[in-house]
Amino acid sequence: MSELKYLFFLGCVIPYRVPSYEISARKICERLGIELIDMPEFNCCGLPLDSISHEMMLGLAARNLCLAEKQGLSIMTLCNGCAGTLRKVNKSLKEDKGLRERVNGYLKEIDMEFKGTTEVKHFIQVLAEDIGFEKVKEMVQKPFKNLKVAQHYGCHLLRPSKEVEFDDPEDPKVLKTLIEVTGAKCLDYVDETQCCGATISGISSEVPLQLTREKLNHIKEAGAQALISICPSCHLMYDVNQPRIERRFGEKIDLPVLHYPQLLALAAGISPNELAFNEHKVGVSEKIFLFC
Amino acid sequence: MVEKREASAEVIMPIRLDPSFRHEIMAVPGGETLKVCFQCGTCTSTCPIARFSAFYRPRQILQMTQLGMRSRVLSSETLWLCAACFTCTDRCPQGVEVASVLRVLRNLAVKDGFLPAAYRGLASNVLATGYAYEITKLRLSKRKEFGLPPLPKVNLKDISKLAEITGFSKIIET
Repeated sequence: MSELKYLFFLGCVIPYRVPSYEISARKICERLGIELIDMPEFNCCGLPLDSISHEMMLGLAARNLCLAEKQGLSIMTLCNGCAGTLRKVNKSLKEDKGLRERVNGYLKEIDMEFKGTTEVKHFIQVLAEDIGFEKVKEMVQKPFKNLKVAQHYGCHLLRPSKEVEFDDPEDPKVLKTLIEVTGAKCLDYVDETQCCGATISGISSEVPLQLTREKLNHIKEAGAQALISICPSCHLMYDVNQPRIERRFGEKIDLPVLHYPQLLALAAGISPNELAFNEHKVGVSEKIFLFC
Repeated sequence: MVEKREASAEVIMPIRLDPSFRHEIMAVPGGETLKVCFQCGTCTSTCPIARFSAFYRPRQILQMTQLGMRSRVLSSETLWLCAACFTCTDRCPQGVEVASVLRVLRNLAVKDGFLPAAYRGLASNVLATGYAYEITKLRLSKRKEFGLPPLPKVNLKDISKLAEITGFSKIIET
């Protein structure tokens, strides 16, 4: 298994509304020599259906894991939800014999079997663990000089920590380190690991907006010029919904939201024109590029 | 203010309790740890949703479940306000998997006929397209413009077989 070759699991939210994340991540992978093989077949990771039927979630997740096993490759995702779900299910199917037997019973219907030979990683995990901070730093040609940003980690890459097993859930450092290799300063702020609320958007229109607004304001109060995220659902809340929040609460926020690979790409000298910033709701241009 | 709230607090009458409810939940994988919840309230105090919702209190849902308030718990929309951020699960000093217990409760609520419209939409999207959200033609043609590869093909037959064998199709029909 080549270290730098992954089966690329895109998920649902990115093709639905967040192409800028995929575009910038593919550019970074290309620069780093990471080969991305597209999934031979796709189905949702299962997370959105977990509340309806845990068994169906297990079936959908396991099917994706089996496809990766057949290819002899590890999965890489850009989405926290997909990464968390596939990592959790992969781990529990490997460790829990009873569960594995039950799920393999489902998979038999579609001529598949979970064997436990694949791994699942989020994009930033691949950068930190398989590429290494030093090598990521080597990409940086135009380090940011005066840019202050804040990280937003999202939930499912950190919690439940004993199942996801990545970074420190109370004080996560991997993304922070990846941000700082670009020269940008990563500021601390109140409730840094707090949820964006995206998952309950279909249930409550008010609560998720309040959560999102609170975080955006905490970040502004800390003096950051942009929020750096690594999950397409979080991006929907902080970028796509930001004008809605401004209208709803009658206040100006105007905080650009960048996907981590966009930040890294700018520092690597990739032209902003190649990074699909025009797909963002909150203008990114002047505020960030001035600090390049 | 405090006195006023306490004076108007609703007294929960122990009516129609179902003593087997908690055992039913604890028998489902993911629901076992309901047993060790000692009502400290760490889950609610650490919950981002509880800070903005006047109704959603994970500790209360667990207590009502322990008491056997089956219909109150399962028919309540409040159950669907958990954002599954797993902060409560991570911080519970007793090791209660709060978010998993809530998921077990939701799965049971759906079987009892309480399925929020938003979730029904996600379910039909997955069954019809393999994706949880509708990827429009415009989005697909934009992918081309961006030079992104076409989306992988979807095996709807496999998805529908999984839906049958896991009982998902049946749950959705009701």
